[in-house]
Amino acid sequence: MTSENIDGGKALIRALEKEGVEVMFGLPGGAILPVYDPIIDSTIRHILVRHEQGAGHMAQGYAQATGKPGVAMVTSGPAATNIVTPLCDAYLDSTPLVVITGQVPLAAIGTDAFQECDTTGITMGVTKHNFLVKDAQDVPRIVKEAFHIATTGRPGPVLIDLPKDIVDPNNPRSELYWVDNPEMDLPGYKPEKKIDLSGIEKAVELIQSSERPVFYVGGGILKARAAEALRELVEITGIHVVTTLMARGAFPDSHELCLGMPGMHGNYTAVTSMQKADLLVALGARFDDRVTGKVDGFAPDAKIIHVDIDPAEIGKVRKPDVAINGDCRLVIEAMVDLLRQQDAIQIDRSEWKSTISGWQERFPLTYEDSEPGSRLKPQYVLEQLRDLTPADTIVASGVGQHQMWTSQYWNFDYPYTWINSGGLGTMGFSIPAAIGAKVGNPDRMVWAVDGDGCFQMTAQELVTATVENIPIKVALLNNSYLGMVRQWQDMFYDERFSEVFLSDDVPNYKAWAESMGCVGIRVDSPEEVPEAIAKANEIEDRSVVIDFRTAPEEHVYPMVPAGKDNSSIVVPPSQESQER
Amino acid sequence: MKKTQANYTILVITVENKFGVLARVSGLFSRRGVNIKSLAVAPTDKAEFSRITVDLDIELESVSLDQIINQLDKLINVVEIRALDPAESVERELMIVTVEAEASQRDELVDHLDKVGGKVLNIGTESMMLSLVETSSVIDDFESFLSDYGIVELQRTGRVALDSL
Repeated sequence: MTSENIDGGKALIRALEKEGVEVMFGLPGGAILPVYDPIIDSTIRHILVRHEQGAGHMAQGYAQATGKPGVAMVTSGPAATNIVTPLCDAYLDSTPLVVITGQVPLAAIGTDAFQECDTTGITMGVTKHNFLVKDAQDVPRIVKEAFHIATTGRPGPVLIDLPKDIVDPNNPRSELYWVDNPEMDLPGYKPEKKIDLSGIEKAVELIQSSERPVFYVGGGILKARAAEALRELVEITGIHVVTTLMARGAFPDSHELCLGMPGMHGNYTAVTSMQKADLLVALGARFDDRVTGKVDGFAPDAKIIHVDIDPAEIGKVRKPDVAINGDCRLVIEAMVDLLRQQDAIQIDRSEWKSTISGWQERFPLTYEDSEPGSRLKPQYVLEQLRDLTPADTIVASGVGQHQMWTSQYWNFDYPYTWINSGGLGTMGFSIPAAIGAKVGNPDRMVWAVDGDGCFQMTAQELVTATVENIPIKVALLNNSYLGMVRQWQDMFYDERFSEVFLSDDVPNYKAWAESMGCVGIRVDSPEEVPEAIAKANEIEDRSVVIDFRTAPEEHVYPMVPAGKDNSSIVVPPSQESQER
Repeated sequence: MKKTQANYTILVITVENKFGVLARVSGLFSRRGVNIKSLAVAPTDKAEFSRITVDLDIELESVSLDQIINQLDKLINVVEIRALDPAESVERELMIVTVEAEASQRDELVDHLDKVGGKVLNIGTESMMLSLVETSSVIDDFESFLSDYGIVELQRTGRVALDSL
């Protein structure tokens, strides 16, 4: 690139190209308009969404599936507020995003101008950092800083608010002198942590001497690209692993040492092994309330080793016995190195192993088959979907019962195949997230598993998928209800169902899907399920929506009731008489 | 992080001297429902940095203090942060105050002012303006002494502090 005078809008696009951005998701409007002109000549693929929330979730799906930062660009005011939800979602799930919002011209800021809102003020609490650009000359540097902040340390969303006069070539304020490699100016940002080796030694000592250890693995493993290192650590130590909702796929479900998902809807063995453990090795996990249940009663006998890149997570919920602040991959590699140097004296854990396998035998995930003529069991649909799709299929989920069942019944053997909204729990996440994941992985099969409540929040992005030729597949588990709320009302509100029934026949999902350019299929009986999935798998030139009519009375089991400790885990009725 | 022994907590935060940084710092306290008793912000000897002294009028549990410090440290514009141990720091506060004082009351007032090391800044027909630089507890006492005269207007800066030598 040459040094020359250009305008802020061109500089923005050029800076994004320099960061390696290949795709961005967005929707133009007044304040951001000047930036949309240089996009025509850019190498960056811009995907025009139907709602700004969709742009944000697509960028998240793209980022979660590829590990690259997701980029979204929208205009000021309502567009900026519409993308606040994805920002918050990305903040809670530590997803690297760079979001660019238009802003009214500098002179109009604070005057209640048309489509003005205090975007940096509103997003301060839901971004890792945000910038209001006040000088066009700062554009290249701020873009570089934004990507650096979003992708290093604990990743997260960064927002750049761009006043219109900075990017409008007709405004002299937009002129700047382009420099290829602007120097970053972030004196307070030091994401690299020096790993404390004495912590590693203590950790290894505890690991070697514990009788009932469990690796408690969180989303940080995926952020740190540490799945391979983890596998080595697990195999060297022979210790069981639980993978949280954010870490599904970080360790293969089919591995004999994988216990699956812990937490409120975790399986009995994962929950109980943590509860009975004498050592929890938390790797990139944050002791979320959905995992710990009542904190005072969580894993009462366990010592804690807590490894996290974010010092503010260590000791936030549970005081660790050994704290290691650093990148999970580097820490795990250091542990493996140390373990390899030591003699393999291992303490006898055969009793613990047989206890665990006893739980696995007595308390597997289970459900009752559906009665002939009644609605489908969602678990059955998911088992079929799991078995009839390629092993590396990417699954993006919405939020609610269907999310928990997918996490439970899917077999995640590869990292970055599970995309969901864990921390914020954003209904409507799956369709745009699946689209984003597909854009990043055009050769892989991408399924969205959605509920009917979620689907109605963001389904319009299937129009985007059709028009932009991004074929995804949607398994709609349609039980006519806001299922998770219904389950709570069933269990904790004396079956008084308040405002949870959506409708049995409106909308007509098949017709709706077809109107958006997708293939729509409705499935009522179990025999039709494999056939419909096989048909969907064969369609590669457009998106497919399968409306699976599922049973509304089905509960997600096991369940730890809110506010209870994890030993109060409720098992399905068929396992109630089993010895715990 | 050292647990403070006094009934207050002082945080000293070095930040980039840029717009919006104060809002980010104070926003973190407000989100957690922690009241800031006083706040002093001014550039340091390096113009690109400001030093913020935050006085919380509670003694925080060490866990929540560490938590707040860690979270503040995560703010991109925060360059350095630590808690000052009141036992190992020197603190001062400035008060300026206009107090009602008839001619007949002024001798006693000025006499007391001299004892605590304050200054007369301005004299009106029925009132006087005084200043005092002292520790916050001395200022508290002097303020209650003045209340008998009648305080017209008062401004305190809140604590600023440095490590003891």
